[in-house]
Amino acid sequence: MGIANARVALDASPLEAVRRVLHPELNSAHVRFIGLHKTYPGQDAPALADIDLTIQHGEIFGIIGRSGAGKSSLIRTINRLEQPSGGRVLIDQVDIAGYDEDQLVTLRRRIGMIFQHFNLMSAKTVWQNVELPLKVAGVPKAERRRKVEALLELVGLQEKHHVYPAQLSGGQKQRVGIARALVHDPAILLCDEATSALDPETTESILGLLRDINRRLGLTIVLITHEMAVIRDICHRVVVLERGRVVEQGEVWEVFGDPRHDVSRTLLAPLQPALPPSLLERLLPTAPDANAALVLRLRISGQDREAPDLAALFAALGGKVSLLQGGIEPIQDRALGQLVVSVSGSPHAHEAIIERARHWAAQVEVLGYVV
Amino acid sequence: MWFDRLLQGVIDTLLMVGVSSLIALLVGIPLAVVLVTSGKGGIFEAPTVNRVLGAFVNLFRSIPFLILMVALIPFTRLIVGTTYGVWAAVVPLTIAATPFFARIAEVSLREVDHGLIEAAQAMGCRRWHIVWHVLLPEALPGIVGGFTITLVTMINSSAMAGAIGAGGLGDIAYRYGYQRFDSQIMLTVIVMLVVLVALIQVSGDRLARRLNKR
Repeated sequence: MGIANARVALDASPLEAVRRVLHPELNSAHVRFIGLHKTYPGQDAPALADIDLTIQHGEIFGIIGRSGAGKSSLIRTINRLEQPSGGRVLIDQVDIAGYDEDQLVTLRRRIGMIFQHFNLMSAKTVWQNVELPLKVAGVPKAERRRKVEALLELVGLQEKHHVYPAQLSGGQKQRVGIARALVHDPAILLCDEATSALDPETTESILGLLRDINRRLGLTIVLITHEMAVIRDICHRVVVLERGRVVEQGEVWEVFGDPRHDVSRTLLAPLQPALPPSLLERLLPTAPDANAALVLRLRISGQDREAPDLAALFAALGGKVSLLQGGIEPIQDRALGQLVVSVSGSPHAHEAIIERARHWAAQVEVLGYVV
Repeated sequence: MWFDRLLQGVIDTLLMVGVSSLIALLVGIPLAVVLVTSGKGGIFEAPTVNRVLGAFVNLFRSIPFLILMVALIPFTRLIVGTTYGVWAAVVPLTIAATPFFARIAEVSLREVDHGLIEAAQAMGCRRWHIVWHVLLPEALPGIVGGFTITLVTMINSSAMAGAIGAGGLGDIAYRYGYQRFDSQIMLTVIVMLVVLVALIQVSGDRLARRLNKR
């Protein structure tokens, strides 16, 4: 145990110290939710229930779910814009439940936040918007000037100092939001649907900026979104929420490669190309005879880091293998994707082909038969 | 001589309206801030304060000015020592203008996007920071517009006050135009009032437009 850890251990209770020695991975926990619970007055169903999650230092952590799944409530318990009804939120091992206004103000200066609708002050210029958090914290003027200038340069808005938000595009507004959120050198950045109001191209540039900030500043980023593409593009780990509960969590490539829960599958559907209608019309649910072509969907889940070996697939299936649709994309350096193939004239029976395909792909789905 | 009398009338009207509106501005804005922030979900939530204050404002807003003026005569005498003249009119005008303006300012403050308040909280603003750096600057164009309406309404009310001896343009129109059927004076007063109101409205609108960066 290093000196830093030893000092941390001395501050904590003996039990906590023991736990830290036994579970070193928790030492890098930045945000922890323990049995978190939230019920709004006048509502029977809880907005959040039994949330147990750990967000590590320096990771980009995605929270996804349909609207009303509790994403907003969850992310807002981190900076206590939302007061939990029960359970605990630990930030760097410290429970923030009992914080008074002074402590909350200090906490919130360590946590930046950006919003779907940017929430910039319309009556203030770009410069004044970014300066505001420093101003209210009583930072001296020279220091404020230095920081605001540096941050506007970081987000690429050095030309727009004295422009009002109304004259900016959506992407530029979000860049101001990011500069404002980073002005106190926070350790955590919360992103509340930060790209949902932006067009695809702008979304990409904002995500690139977030990824860059994460790498360069070592910032922990927690983001909520309903777009799976956002998670795919920048997150390390993801949790899927449904009706206030965690239904699935893991590394992004794991969840994307092999979604277990219906909600995850539904959310992922837009990322997967639909089968062409001409094929769907011809598909038969059962095999009319032994010579019918078998149509399979093979999911490649990135378990091993290598791209799929097609020669091995063709050899395993035998006969004529036609690629009907498919694609592979790299997520976190792993190859993920799916292939839809039809197999005909194979020396193997249909059951045998399916069995052989299972050795090759993580998941095999029989779509039907074509004659 | 007529010119002097009319000039005096304009000065008296401007004085009555100016002083009472200035006090209404200084008292009305804090009052509006309290009304907005003490409401349900407000940053200084205090339902009792909100209800009591709201009831008070509504009470004064519902009394027609003429009746309010007469009812306040004992109070006016207590404050300025007389019930006659410009300064005696300032008391009821102020008491009518303040809740009127406070309600209009309240609407502007309430229209400030809740997301901005949330963003301010998230960046570590204290509650009075939110009032000073977010609520007031964001609502300023609306407040300026509301103050313009208040000024125009007060010119209206001051003419009524003139009728019971407060001086000003209303007094001249009442004495010479109504009691002596001097239509020339009446017409002159009307023209002056129209010009006055137009000047206030135009400059108020222009200022509000310049402040509005949305």
